[in-house]
Amino acid sequence: MKQFISFVKKEFYHIIRDKRTLFILLVMPIVQIIIFGFALTNEVKNSAIAVLDQSKDAASAELSQEIDESNYFTIQKSLNNASEIEPEFKKGKIKMVVVFPQNFGSDLKHFNKAQIQLIADASDPNVANTMVSYASRIIMDYQNRVNQELKLPYTIKTEYRMLYNPQLKGAYSFVPGVMSMVLMLICTMMTAITIVKEKELGTMEVMLVSPVQPLKIVIAKAVPYLMLSIINICTILLLSVFVLDVPINGSLVLLILESILFILTSLALGLLISSATDSQQTAMFISLTGMFLPTIMLSGFMFPIENMPLPLQIISNAVPAKWFYIIVKSVMIKGVGFASVWKETLILTGMMLFLLFLSIKKFKIRLA
Amino acid sequence: MRTLKFLLQKEFRQIFRDPAILRIIFIMPMMQLLLLPMAADYEMKDIKLTVVDQDHSSYSQQLISKITASGYFKLIDYSASYSRAMEDVEQDRSDLILTIPPKFEKDLVKEDESTVFMSINAINGVKANLGGAYLGQIIQDYNREVRLKWIQFPRFNPEPQIDITFSNWFNQRMNYKYFMVPGILVILITMVGSFLATLNIVKEKEIGTIEQINVTPIKRHHFILGKLIPFWILGLAILTIGLTIARVIYGIIPTGHFYVIYVFAAIYLFSILGLGLLISNYTSNQQQAMLISFFLMMIFILLSGLYTSIDSMPGWAQVITRFNPVTYFIEVMRMVVLKGSGLRDIAGQIFTVLGFGIVLNACAILSYHKRA
Repeated sequence: MKQFISFVKKEFYHIIRDKRTLFILLVMPIVQIIIFGFALTNEVKNSAIAVLDQSKDAASAELSQEIDESNYFTIQKSLNNASEIEPEFKKGKIKMVVVFPQNFGSDLKHFNKAQIQLIADASDPNVANTMVSYASRIIMDYQNRVNQELKLPYTIKTEYRMLYNPQLKGAYSFVPGVMSMVLMLICTMMTAITIVKEKELGTMEVMLVSPVQPLKIVIAKAVPYLMLSIINICTILLLSVFVLDVPINGSLVLLILESILFILTSLALGLLISSATDSQQTAMFISLTGMFLPTIMLSGFMFPIENMPLPLQIISNAVPAKWFYIIVKSVMIKGVGFASVWKETLILTGMMLFLLFLSIKKFKIRLA
Repeated sequence: MRTLKFLLQKEFRQIFRDPAILRIIFIMPMMQLLLLPMAADYEMKDIKLTVVDQDHSSYSQQLISKITASGYFKLIDYSASYSRAMEDVEQDRSDLILTIPPKFEKDLVKEDESTVFMSINAINGVKANLGGAYLGQIIQDYNREVRLKWIQFPRFNPEPQIDITFSNWFNQRMNYKYFMVPGILVILITMVGSFLATLNIVKEKEIGTIEQINVTPIKRHHFILGKLIPFWILGLAILTIGLTIARVIYGIIPTGHFYVIYVFAAIYLFSILGLGLLISNYTSNQQQAMLISFFLMMIFILLSGLYTSIDSMPGWAQVITRFNPVTYFIEVMRMVVLKGSGLRDIAGQIFTVLGFGIVLNACAILSYHKRA
């Protein structure tokens, strides 16, 4: 035990003496939370659009104003001619054009039927999609209001309730995502690299000839990163509660325990990578390109998994971050208890044990 | 010149003697290029729906079948009560609950008005918003049908109705891959290029072989060039493979010319490698170098406009994106691939990135000292 503690101490010295690394490890989650919290949104906000109003009547003016006043769009230009649309798009600033045909208002009034055309720059299909549906919604709302004044018979009304996140804030979905990304990164990559580094520098040999059990050496390497990760979880949670106003609705203890389970899984993965590689570069590449991008893309936090083609949906099950993301979302935001996440917990535990077993089996005491 | 030739020989030998890293350099990015673009799709389909039908009337049945026929929604479950449906949402089996109250049909016919309730899992705000809007639209369409059945208006529509038609330019079929594949290719080139360059000098420092170089008459710029050129070539090789994959697998044929992409990529690699070398001069071991360059890369990638549009970012973040080389490359790739822009259209981006490259490489040369 004493030997083990002195090994842990040694690892701590390694980390603490490398101020730059330590700084980045602690600042990374803060920067990520800030970027995700304030800079990245899938929402369309104050998008620059143009209006081509060929009818120039009260109805088209009213509707244009309504679109302009919404948070989603700002009308930056009014065009006079359909041929002006393409050059505007090529310049790249204007993303959508609303076209009112001639006699829009009088058609609406006399024939009860009028048309609006929305032309979107679809070089980014997502933005185009979102803009068109937001604009349609504004037009629909306008129409409903007109209809209500008419008191039409046989009306089906709809009432919405947004569960968990009534203000539709982006932070609710990315805080769990950032948590899984940061933990995955620090635990997997850093553990893998510290072990391989000792191999590369030859100091592993020194440790392996010492009377300490090899397994203990490896575990001692993981302990400081476990602690660092717990500090990071606390930072992320504090920031999300106090800066981003994302509440912790469920049990904090459960959340932290689940996080520790995920940390252990990532550590086990890191150990496995380290025992399979000999150079820091290889270890880094595997943990980075092999883990980081898939974690971002297949954990369901950037892109919804249910939209992916079936093979990818199957692959996503092998990404530990996916399960952790579901757990954090459920516990932290939906506020449900262990009963609702036992399945995901079980899967993560299984993954951890499997990875740990593999890496212990593959751990080589002898050097090549 | 001769010195440089020998240095290059040395670097290439080192790269090719490590088959593990070589394999990873080429295979990993290719695998990702094959898999990830399929994942990156925000398009809404199959929103999971639970229906609580407390009316069981022919109208409620009609409404439900109209919703499921739309293709946007996948009916997961009929629940007897709202609280049962809520369980579905809590377990993530369902995203949206539609409650049709008792006497829905009767109220509609007799009282001229009835209400349906929607509860949407809004953890992902954008998705919730769109899902709600789709469902609202379907219900409204249904409403119109009902009205038409009951009121026979002779010539015109019974109600004022605005038809919304829309068209999508530059990418009519809304193929998200056209948008995503070029972007992901940029990220992969960036990651491979910058990490390799960063780690390279540091590795020599850590192992101690840099001492041997320091005692030779190699000039500073020779040394930096010797490190830069091999990775520059590797980067272009990856770009070529990536474009081939884009062509063969995704059928993406750039609207513009290939040479435009290559010209820009060459300049871009020059500046991104310069950044890598600069970092490696200021760090003392591989772990540190990697972490710093990872930290920068993460900011660069997230703020590059690959995943979310730059227009919706706040002002300060937009300022950062202007100092981010990745932004420019993604912009250029999309312009060339989707809109067919030529060299003249991207002149601004070329000069900006060239400027970054000159500054970064000058700093890299200046900060490399031949003293320990």
